[in-house]
Amino acid sequence: MRIATLCGMGFGTSMMLKLFIDDILKAEGIKAEVVPWDLGTFKGQQADIIVAPVGMESNLRGTTTRLVLIKNLVDKAEIKTKILEAMKDVSDGVTRG
Amino acid sequence: MTNSSDVKSISLGDLIGPKTVKAQVQVDNWEAAVEGVGQLLVAAGKIKVGYIAAMKRVLKEMGPYAVIAPGIVLLHARPEDGVLEPCLGLMTLKEGVPFGHPENDPVDLVFALGAVDKQAHILSLKALAELLGQAEFLRKLRAAATDRQLAEIFGTTV
Repeated sequence: MRIATLCGMGFGTSMMLKLFIDDILKAEGIKAEVVPWDLGTFKGQQADIIVAPVGMESNLRGTTTRLVLIKNLVDKAEIKTKILEAMKDVSDGVTRG
Repeated sequence: MTNSSDVKSISLGDLIGPKTVKAQVQVDNWEAAVEGVGQLLVAAGKIKVGYIAAMKRVLKEMGPYAVIAPGIVLLHARPEDGVLEPCLGLMTLKEGVPFGHPENDPVDLVFALGAVDKQAHILSLKALAELLGQAEFLRKLRAAATDRQLAEIFGTTV
Protein backbone atom coordinates (compact mmCIF):
# COMPACT_ATOMS: atom_id res chain seq x y z
CA MET A 1 0.00 0.00 0.00
CA ARG A 2 1.30 3.45 -0.87
CA ILE A 3 0.50 6.44 1.28
CA ALA A 4 1.38 9.92 0.08
CA THR A 5 1.73 12.99 2.25
CA LEU A 6 0.99 16.37 0.77
CA CYS A 7 1.49 19.58 2.67
CA GLY A 8 1.31 23.19 1.65
CA MET A 9 4.55 24.40 3.11
CA GLY A 10 7.03 22.97 0.70
CA PHE A 11 9.46 20.14 1.24
CA GLY A 12 9.60 20.17 5.02
CA THR A 13 6.09 19.49 6.21
CA SER A 14 5.32 16.65 3.77
CA MET A 15 8.47 14.93 4.94
CA MET A 16 7.68 15.64 8.60
CA LEU A 17 4.26 14.09 8.18
CA LYS A 18 5.82 11.10 6.44
CA LEU A 19 8.19 10.57 9.38
CA PHE A 20 5.26 10.72 11.81
CA ILE A 21 3.32 8.17 9.80
CA ASP A 22 6.40 5.93 9.57
CA ASP A 23 6.59 6.02 13.40
CA ILE A 24 2.90 5.23 13.76
CA LEU A 25 2.97 2.31 11.32
CA LYS A 26 6.15 0.90 12.85
CA ALA A 27 4.54 0.95 16.30
CA GLU A 28 1.54 -0.91 14.87
CA GLY A 29 3.72 -3.40 13.04
CA ILE A 30 2.22 -2.37 9.71
CA LYS A 31 4.26 -2.12 6.52
CA ALA A 32 3.42 0.47 3.90
CA GLU A 33 5.27 2.74 1.55
CA VAL A 34 4.99 6.36 2.66
CA VAL A 35 6.10 9.01 0.18
CA PRO A 36 6.21 12.78 0.61
CA TRP A 37 4.77 14.67 -2.33
CA ASP A 38 5.52 18.19 -3.42
CA LEU A 39 2.56 20.47 -4.03
CA GLY A 40 4.01 21.66 -7.30
CA THR A 41 4.74 18.29 -8.87
CA PHE A 42 2.39 15.70 -7.40
CA LYS A 43 -0.18 15.54 -10.22
CA GLY A 44 0.05 12.32 -12.15
CA GLN A 45 1.59 10.38 -9.28
CA GLN A 46 -0.18 7.36 -7.82
CA ALA A 47 -1.09 6.45 -4.26
CA ASP A 48 -3.72 4.48 -2.38
CA ILE A 49 -4.17 7.14 0.27
CA ILE A 50 -3.30 10.84 0.31
CA VAL A 51 -2.79 12.50 3.70
CA ALA A 52 -3.13 16.27 3.61
CA PRO A 53 -3.99 19.13 5.93
CA VAL A 54 -7.56 20.37 6.19
CA GLY A 55 -8.06 22.95 3.50
CA MET A 56 -6.16 21.14 0.80
CA GLU A 57 -9.20 19.35 -0.59
CA SER A 58 -9.50 22.03 -3.25
CA ASN A 59 -6.13 21.01 -4.71
CA LEU A 60 -7.32 17.41 -4.80
CA ARG A 61 -10.73 17.82 -6.36
CA GLY A 62 -11.59 15.12 -8.83
CA THR A 63 -9.28 12.50 -7.42
CA THR A 64 -10.72 9.09 -6.58
CA THR A 65 -7.91 8.34 -4.18
CA ARG A 66 -8.89 7.92 -0.51
CA LEU A 67 -8.19 11.24 1.26
CA VAL A 68 -7.22 11.68 4.89
CA LEU A 69 -7.54 15.30 6.07
CA ILE A 70 -5.69 16.27 9.20
CA LYS A 71 -6.60 19.26 11.33
CA ASN A 72 -3.66 19.08 13.71
CA LEU A 73 -0.45 18.01 11.99
CA VAL A 74 1.37 17.43 15.27
CA ASP A 75 -1.35 15.32 16.85
CA LYS A 76 -0.16 11.75 16.41
CA ALA A 77 -3.40 10.43 17.89
CA GLU A 78 -5.50 12.14 15.23
CA ILE A 79 -3.14 11.03 12.46
CA LYS A 80 -3.06 7.46 13.72
CA THR A 81 -6.85 7.11 14.04
CA LYS A 82 -7.50 8.52 10.59
CA ILE A 83 -4.70 6.64 8.84
CA LEU A 84 -5.69 3.27 10.29
CA GLU A 85 -9.32 3.84 9.35
CA ALA A 86 -8.32 4.76 5.81
CA MET A 87 -6.02 1.76 5.43
CA LYS A 88 -8.78 -0.54 6.55
CA ASP A 89 -11.22 1.03 4.10
CA VAL A 90 -8.79 0.67 1.23
CA SER A 91 -8.06 -2.95 2.11
CA ASP A 92 -11.77 -3.70 2.41
CA GLY A 93 -12.45 -1.95 -0.86
CA VAL A 94 -14.76 0.54 0.82
CA THR A 95 -15.18 3.84 -0.96
CA ARG A 96 -15.85 6.83 1.24
CA GLY A 97 -16.47 10.31 -0.12
CA MET B 1 12.71 10.61 22.75
CA THR B 2 15.43 8.86 20.78
CA ASN B 3 16.60 9.68 17.34
CA SER B 4 17.40 6.47 15.54
CA SER B 5 18.52 8.14 12.34
CA ASP B 6 22.20 8.01 11.53
CA VAL B 7 22.03 11.43 9.89
CA LYS B 8 23.64 14.18 11.89
CA SER B 9 20.90 16.04 13.65
CA ILE B 10 20.66 19.17 15.71
CA SER B 11 18.94 19.15 19.08
CA LEU B 12 16.32 21.81 19.65
CA GLY B 13 18.29 23.11 22.62
CA ASP B 14 21.03 24.13 20.17
CA LEU B 15 18.61 26.00 17.95
CA ILE B 16 16.67 28.01 20.47
CA GLY B 17 17.93 30.21 23.27
CA PRO B 18 17.28 33.30 25.34
CA LYS B 19 18.02 35.55 22.36
CA THR B 20 15.57 33.86 20.02
CA VAL B 21 12.47 33.80 22.20
CA LYS B 22 10.09 36.49 23.33
CA ALA B 23 7.16 35.97 25.67
CA GLN B 24 3.72 37.55 25.74
CA VAL B 25 4.06 40.05 22.91
CA GLN B 26 1.19 42.19 21.68
CA VAL B 27 0.85 42.40 17.90
CA ASP B 28 -1.92 43.71 15.68
CA ASN B 29 -1.79 41.21 12.84
CA TRP B 30 0.03 38.24 11.34
CA GLU B 31 2.53 40.35 9.44
CA ALA B 32 3.66 42.01 12.64
CA ALA B 33 4.00 38.57 14.21
CA VAL B 34 6.23 37.30 11.39
CA GLU B 35 8.23 40.52 11.46
CA GLY B 36 8.65 40.29 15.23
CA VAL B 37 9.94 36.73 15.42
CA GLY B 38 12.06 37.33 12.32
CA GLN B 39 13.75 40.38 13.86
CA LEU B 40 14.68 38.27 16.90
CA LEU B 41 16.59 35.90 14.64
CA VAL B 42 18.20 38.76 12.70
CA ALA B 43 19.38 40.42 15.92
CA ALA B 44 20.80 37.09 17.07
CA GLY B 45 22.78 36.84 13.83
CA LYS B 46 20.98 33.68 12.67
CA ILE B 47 19.27 34.90 9.52
CA LYS B 48 19.56 37.71 7.00
CA VAL B 49 16.80 40.30 6.89
CA GLY B 50 15.68 38.87 3.55
CA TYR B 51 14.58 35.64 5.25
CA ILE B 52 11.73 37.53 6.93
CA ALA B 53 10.34 38.55 3.55
CA ALA B 54 10.82 34.98 2.34
CA MET B 55 8.74 33.61 5.22
CA LYS B 56 5.98 36.12 4.42
CA ARG B 57 6.13 35.19 0.76
CA VAL B 58 5.84 31.49 1.50
CA LEU B 59 2.79 32.22 3.67
CA LYS B 60 1.16 34.27 0.95
CA GLU B 61 1.89 31.74 -1.77
CA MET B 62 1.00 28.63 0.16
CA GLY B 63 -1.96 29.99 2.06
CA PRO B 64 -2.32 29.41 5.78
CA TYR B 65 -0.97 25.87 5.83
CA ALA B 66 1.78 26.94 8.18
CA VAL B 67 -0.85 26.99 10.94
CA ILE B 68 -0.20 23.33 11.56
CA ALA B 69 -2.24 22.96 14.73
CA PRO B 70 -4.73 25.06 16.71
CA GLY B 71 -2.93 28.28 17.69
CA ILE B 72 0.44 27.26 16.27
CA VAL B 73 2.17 28.62 13.19
CA LEU B 74 5.45 27.22 11.94
CA LEU B 75 7.18 29.68 9.65
CA HIS B 76 10.02 28.59 7.47
CA ALA B 77 11.56 29.33 4.09
CA ARG B 78 14.48 27.69 2.27
CA PRO B 79 18.09 27.71 3.46
CA GLU B 80 19.08 29.76 0.42
CA ASP B 81 16.57 32.46 1.37
CA GLY B 82 19.01 33.72 3.98
CA VAL B 83 19.81 31.37 6.84
CA LEU B 84 23.19 32.05 8.46
CA GLU B 85 22.97 29.50 11.27
CA PRO B 86 20.42 26.84 12.14
CA CYS B 87 17.88 28.49 14.41
CA LEU B 88 14.45 28.39 15.94
CA GLY B 89 12.64 31.53 17.01
CA LEU B 90 9.54 31.66 19.14
CA MET B 91 7.23 34.48 20.04
CA THR B 92 4.25 33.82 22.28
CA LEU B 93 1.47 36.35 21.89
CA LYS B 94 -0.66 37.98 24.56
CA GLU B 95 -3.59 37.71 22.20
CA GLY B 96 -3.85 35.41 19.23
CA VAL B 97 -4.04 36.85 15.71
CA PRO B 98 -5.64 35.29 12.64
CA PHE B 99 -3.46 33.86 9.88
CA GLY B 100 -6.38 32.84 7.69
CA HIS B 101 -6.64 29.16 8.57
CA PRO B 102 -10.18 27.78 8.38
CA GLU B 103 -9.97 25.97 11.73
CA ASN B 104 -6.74 26.61 13.61
CA ASP B 105 -6.90 30.40 14.04
CA PRO B 106 -6.16 32.48 16.05
CA VAL B 107 -2.45 31.92 16.46
CA ASP B 108 -0.62 32.70 19.69
CA LEU B 109 2.52 30.54 19.28
CA VAL B 110 4.68 31.87 16.46
CA PHE B 111 7.62 29.67 15.54
CA ALA B 112 10.21 30.47 12.87
CA LEU B 113 12.64 27.80 11.76
CA GLY B 114 15.82 28.35 9.80
CA ALA B 115 17.93 25.46 8.58
CA VAL B 116 21.10 25.34 6.54
CA ASP B 117 20.55 21.93 5.07
CA LYS B 118 17.46 19.98 4.17
CA GLN B 119 18.12 16.83 6.21
CA ALA B 120 18.81 18.63 9.48
CA HIS B 121 15.82 20.86 8.77
CA ILE B 122 13.44 17.96 8.55
CA LEU B 123 14.75 16.30 11.68
CA SER B 124 14.48 19.58 13.60
CA LEU B 125 10.93 20.00 12.33
CA LYS B 126 10.08 16.53 13.50
CA ALA B 127 11.62 17.04 16.93
CA LEU B 128 9.66 20.26 17.36
CA ALA B 129 6.46 18.66 16.10
CA GLU B 130 6.81 15.83 18.63
CA LEU B 131 6.92 18.37 21.46
CA LEU B 132 4.06 20.41 20.07
CA GLY B 133 1.86 17.32 20.14
CA GLN B 134 2.06 17.31 23.92
CA ALA B 135 -0.59 19.37 25.72
CA GLU B 136 1.57 19.85 28.80
CA PHE B 137 4.38 21.34 26.72
CA LEU B 138 1.99 23.80 25.08
CA ARG B 139 0.59 24.76 28.45
CA LYS B 140 4.09 25.59 29.70
CA LEU B 141 4.84 27.71 26.65
CA ARG B 142 1.68 29.72 27.08
CA ALA B 143 2.22 30.15 30.81
CA ALA B 144 5.77 31.52 30.49
CA ALA B 145 5.68 35.17 31.49
CA THR B 146 9.27 36.08 30.67
CA ASP B 147 11.70 35.41 27.83
CA ARG B 148 13.94 33.54 30.23
CA GLN B 149 11.18 31.22 31.41
CA LEU B 150 10.37 30.49 27.80
CA ALA B 151 13.98 29.66 26.94
CA GLU B 152 14.28 27.42 29.99
CA ILE B 153 11.41 25.28 28.77
CA PHE B 154 13.49 24.21 25.79
CA GLY B 155 16.64 23.93 27.83
CA THR B 156 15.23 21.39 30.19
CA THR B 157 12.91 19.47 27.91
CA VAL B 158 15.17 18.56 25.02
